[in-house]
Amino acid sequence: MDIKIPYNEDLRPDTGLYNAKLGIWLFLASEVMLFGGLFSSYILLRAGASVWPPIGLDGQSVAHLLEETIGLATFNTVALITSSVTMVMSWVSLKMKDISKFKMYMWITISCAIIFLIVKYFEYSHKIHEGFIPAHDTYMALYFTMTGLHVLHIIGGLFVLVYFVMPDGIKMWDDEPIRFTNRIEVFGLYWHFVDLVWIFLFPVLYLLN
Amino acid sequence: MSNKEHHEESFWTKYVFSIDHKVIGIQYGITALFFLLIGFSLMMVMRWQLAYPDTAIPIVGPFIKWLATLNGFASEGNLPSDLYNVFGAMHGTIMIFLGVVPLIVGAFGNYLVPLQVGAPDMAFPKLNMASYWSYLPGGIIMIISFFLPGGAANSGWTAYPPLSDIATQGQTWWLVAMIFLISSSLLGSVNIIVTIVQLRVKGLTWMKLPFFVWSQLITSFLLLLAFPPLEVAAIFQLMDRIAGTSFFLPSGLVISGEMLQVSGGGSPLLWQHLFWFLAHPEVYVLILPGMGVIAEVIANNTRKPLWGYKSLVYSSFFLGFMSFTVWAHHMFLTGMGQGMSTFFQITTMIISVPSVVILSCFMLSLWGGSIRFNVPMLFALGWIPMFGVGGLTGLPLGLSTSDIHLHDTYYVIGHFHYVVAPGTIFALFSGIYFWFPKVTGKMLDETLGKIHFFASFVFMNGVFFPMFIQGLAGVSRRLADGGASYAHAADVLKWNETMSYSAWLLGLAQIPFIVNLIWTLYKDKDSKANANPWNATTIEWTDATSPPLGHGNFKKTPVVYNGPYEYSVPGMKDDFLPQTKKIKKGK
Ligand code: HEM
Ligand SMILES: [Cu+2]
Repeated sequence: MDIKIPYNEDLRPDTGLYNAKLGIWLFLASEVMLFGGLFSSYILLRAGASVWPPIGLDGQSVAHLLEETIGLATFNTVALITSSVTMVMSWVSLKMKDISKFKMYMWITISCAIIFLIVKYFEYSHKIHEGFIPAHDTYMALYFTMTGLHVLHIIGGLFVLVYFVMPDGIKMWDDEPIRFTNRIEVFGLYWHFVDLVWIFLFPVLYLLN
Repeated sequence: MSNKEHHEESFWTKYVFSIDHKVIGIQYGITALFFLLIGFSLMMVMRWQLAYPDTAIPIVGPFIKWLATLNGFASEGNLPSDLYNVFGAMHGTIMIFLGVVPLIVGAFGNYLVPLQVGAPDMAFPKLNMASYWSYLPGGIIMIISFFLPGGAANSGWTAYPPLSDIATQGQTWWLVAMIFLISSSLLGSVNIIVTIVQLRVKGLTWMKLPFFVWSQLITSFLLLLAFPPLEVAAIFQLMDRIAGTSFFLPSGLVISGEMLQVSGGGSPLLWQHLFWFLAHPEVYVLILPGMGVIAEVIANNTRKPLWGYKSLVYSSFFLGFMSFTVWAHHMFLTGMGQGMSTFFQITTMIISVPSVVILSCFMLSLWGGSIRFNVPMLFALGWIPMFGVGGLTGLPLGLSTSDIHLHDTYYVIGHFHYVVAPGTIFALFSGIYFWFPKVTGKMLDETLGKIHFFASFVFMNGVFFPMFIQGLAGVSRRLADGGASYAHAADVLKWNETMSYSAWLLGLAQIPFIVNLIWTLYKDKDSKANANPWNATTIEWTDATSPPLGHGNFKKTPVVYNGPYEYSVPGMKDDFLPQTKKIKKGK
């Protein structure tokens, strides 16, 4: 009895895809709808507000604080774009069968993700410290929810990245190199998407106020 | 999964944490049937309150009293109105999200799609398992929330804010459970799509797919793309409830004479947009796979090809696409404006065209067939007019002028129950009777099945038809006393008893079904249920290993030569031509 699932590694001739690649594209389509829903809500709530960012019950608006954090956010943008580039490089290294280069690029990617999270941590605690919690006004609510969901995507991705360079994950390279390379490619697509979301979040939340 | 992992499995990996699509399908099936029963029981209790408001309920009265006391409501064995609201909200939620969809997609889709496309399993077996194990906790959370102070969610299955934002903690549990269920259907839908696109066997080209597979494909796309915005809405509502944000709370909201201390600036309508962006496609998630089942059963039992296979496929595509453009027809009365109403009214009229095409194809398929009136076919034949009633009554709702009168009345309840209850649920019954021999190797009893069908058919109409009468007279939905304190309802109030008795009798009518399931399972394997008892053409009957199916689906990977509905081909000895049987051209 043949119970091996076809096209796990090789491409199906008429679609030109292996299973996981189609799978990740579909997953990303649903992610587009998720963030699409968030951005649409942003537009709707902003259109209903008289000033933006709105003034909270304490008579304050977060506008001045945002000016200060643009620098940090720009830095984070650079960190994420770098990680996207190194993610591609690690996949390319696998294609060239250079496992040590692969590891190096993966660690750079991981470091960028960690740097992003640390900066985000300081940003969050600064805002909360000044009293700009999610309940302060609808801008803050959107800010924390949208960036928070994005951060969750980064954290999830970080776990997977670390798994790939740990002995348990990387041993697949010895047994099934094609499958391992596919995994990195598929994860890379996810990672670029998370990067792309930030490229939208950055201007929408920091610059267009 | 490779051959070398093909070892003896333990009880846990074989029956509990199985990655075999057939076992997962059965798990989904049993769990979902169980939830359907719970959802239906809630309604049977509510129907007492509607017929005889504020009187003690026979049989279950003491239990209701116990539950009400636990929740902090006063009850003398009657259903207090707070608990009525809980039951109403949870009836809708359980029926749709925990009953019908998991049954028709999780169970039927999981079990049949790989078999019908000739695949050894789903494309991602482990994700498949994860999807069930995300569904079950979602269900358990919903059930546990019944026992909280204040009870489970009580703002309706639509969970409209501001009410839901300030409701008791059951609502928070509801939201968390919904996030589990949403994740589950996202995983499931990716899996089904990839399986259909990637794992079709050689020769099984797109236009040779059974219509059931098409319906699952389109349904999965709807689930994939419509659920994320609801996830956004659920997260927003969680934030409102837990972090004190005001996504859905407008400025200056006054509750019980006091100004709510929140920043405000939010929009209750935002929830409605996000919710209906999911929930309208969701109604097609409920009906499309049902249509898939009906198509298989009709073709098989008329012994002739399905009429208009291509029209069915293209109509379903169009239906799927258009279902994303009609959501605000649920919001005509929110004051969203003339322009919006006009737009959504037009799209709603357009979307009813493909539904009519599909229904017509099924009716024309009957023409000239020599129909076998077995139980699956009876349910399919019952489905046709019932879905017709449901669909036609949708049209006046889709026109904003008539909807002013009908919105939020029992007419709406009648409309959607006709499409979902004698609609989708009949399709489910039809499918269960049809594929039961494939799953277990045993045929369900015909006599018990016929009692089940005729009784259900009569009482379904007894429950739902009077709703149109009451609704047209203006009786609102969600009234805890069924309209007793509502002057305009006086003339039509008498129907409440008819509906309630029908509902309880409908409950009784399910007993032959349950007995049939259990009794047949304990029976010895009978000889009639050979591998292909209905003389069907599709791969799951002709090529899969004999029932009940063990690990792995096909001894030899099948190759497809023919379309799915080659019945009564002229000049052939048998009146069915399996998809995988090669015939020489010209014969
Ligand atoms: C065939 C054409 C259909 C049309 C034109 C149509 C139209 C409508 C409209 C306009 C409403 C909103 C009524 C109101 O709240 O005032 C409605 C409600 C509803 N419809 Fe349909 N519908 C159709 C088919 C279906 C199908 C196939 C299903 C499910 C399988 C369905 C399920 C529902 C549900 C669940 C609601 C009520 C939701 C709620 O408010 O709780 N409909 N329909
Ligand atoms: Cu709708």
